[in-house]
Amino acid sequence: MRTLATLKAQVRLSVTTSLQYRADFLVDGAVELFWIAAAIYPLVVVFDRTESLGGWSFDAALVVAGIFAILQGVMEGLISPSLTGLVEQVRKGTFDFVLVKPVDSQLFVSFSKVQPWRCINALVGLGIIVRSLYRIGYLPSAYDLFAAAVALTASVAFLYAFWLVAASTAFYVIRIDNITYLFSSVLDAARWPRSVFRGVMRLVFTFVIPLALMTSYPAEALLGRLDGATLWASAAAGVVALVVSRLLWKRAVNHYASASS
Amino acid sequence: MSVRSTARSMRAMLRIGFLDAIAYRGETIVWMLSTTMPLVMFLLWSAAADGKPIGRYGAGELHSYFLAAFVVRQLGGSWAAWQINMEVRDGTLGMRLLRPVNPLVHYAIEQAAHVPVRAFFSMPVALLFFALDPLIHAPKEPLMLVLFPISVLGAWALSFLMNVIVGALAFFIEQSVKLMDVYTALFFVFSGYMVPLDLFPEPVRVVLDYLPFRYQMGLSVELLTGALSPGTALRLVAQQWVMVALVTLSAHAVFRRGVRHFEAYGG
Repeated sequence: MRTLATLKAQVRLSVTTSLQYRADFLVDGAVELFWIAAAIYPLVVVFDRTESLGGWSFDAALVVAGIFAILQGVMEGLISPSLTGLVEQVRKGTFDFVLVKPVDSQLFVSFSKVQPWRCINALVGLGIIVRSLYRIGYLPSAYDLFAAAVALTASVAFLYAFWLVAASTAFYVIRIDNITYLFSSVLDAARWPRSVFRGVMRLVFTFVIPLALMTSYPAEALLGRLDGATLWASAAAGVVALVVSRLLWKRAVNHYASASS
Repeated sequence: MSVRSTARSMRAMLRIGFLDAIAYRGETIVWMLSTTMPLVMFLLWSAAADGKPIGRYGAGELHSYFLAAFVVRQLGGSWAAWQINMEVRDGTLGMRLLRPVNPLVHYAIEQAAHVPVRAFFSMPVALLFFALDPLIHAPKEPLMLVLFPISVLGAWALSFLMNVIVGALAFFIEQSVKLMDVYTALFFVFSGYMVPLDLFPEPVRVVLDYLPFRYQMGLSVELLTGALSPGTALRLVAQQWVMVALVTLSAHAVFRRGVRHFEAYGG
């Protein structure tokens, strides 16, 4: 209970902090919109030349792009600022102050910085999805929405677990500022429907880094194409990812040598 | 300053830049690994082509195109805007202005020294793909092989200078790195990095001939993949260098005005 209260206070604090930088909102928002447009334009050119991308129509592919924008918004608004902050704390040695607090260190670190402005991606993504579904003429049933929510939650769990593991490496290698950059450029591959991946790439992006699933499954769920078994398998995989990342985090924290020792 | 001492100080600056790049080689490798966009785009285009070629791009052309795009990005990319932006904000630029060297030349040399280190890590990767992938073909015409390095040099110069211009906006506005993001997004789409330029509709292509993006990426890729006729290749490289000259003048002007602004604060 106390943990929950702490988290609430923390989120409120970081939201208030970021509300101070209102001008950032406009600039960030404009830049993000620009990037989303830049990411979608290749799809326009591709579908100018072909009818379907391995069974996905233009509008279906846009649903995937919309899910990608939502994930990006969640990542840049909720996940990555906090964990980037962690990397810096470890380097400077100020992570000590987190450890001495009587709250779970992982929870504390994970919500230490929230940038609500970044969620603009998620809003635009939602807009793209609604428009595409409308153009396809498919109205998702209640079950579809539920399945999409489950699949999306599993994707966020994956994303968070990966970030946590990447950030945990800061305890071993000190200079990893640009690991985070590497991470988001790998994520770029999740923009397209999973039919784009073939052969080895399909194996890698399904089982090693499940990028193909992070965006395609929620999209398929919305379109009423995802079967139940796949849905629950991905949900289970999300839970496993969370548990594994938690264990790795604990190991990494044990490895932490503070500033003075 | 005599010619000899200029040459000597230039050599020293090159050496320092080079050693700096080697000292942070881990970072250089991570930057290289994060150049995933050619792969990501290659996957998309291959799925789209699926058996029947798109425009003039069959499987082999797509393999060659995006490998070449990776090579050009590694050799012709520059990230000076971030450095300039930071130095303007924290005032370290003052140190640079004290030196008896044109600060832009200094930046250029420092940045250029990173290129061999990037090449050292990335070219083996590219050569490996080239050797293992039977679909990738080498350019046949010797003229293209001569023009390619010239165009990559031009591409690097343009990238660097555009970085200087946008970075120097930090003298006037606070968010110049954000502007660089916008420029980068435009570059990604309109340079031929994500979409081969001849797949764009005709009107867009005409406009792109007058913007710097193509000369930063697409031109070199087209030379290496043998997409251009000798006449067009020569014309485009000439246009590229005219563009380099124009952008050099504007970069110089913007930077000079900016420095005046900077001094006004007593920096």
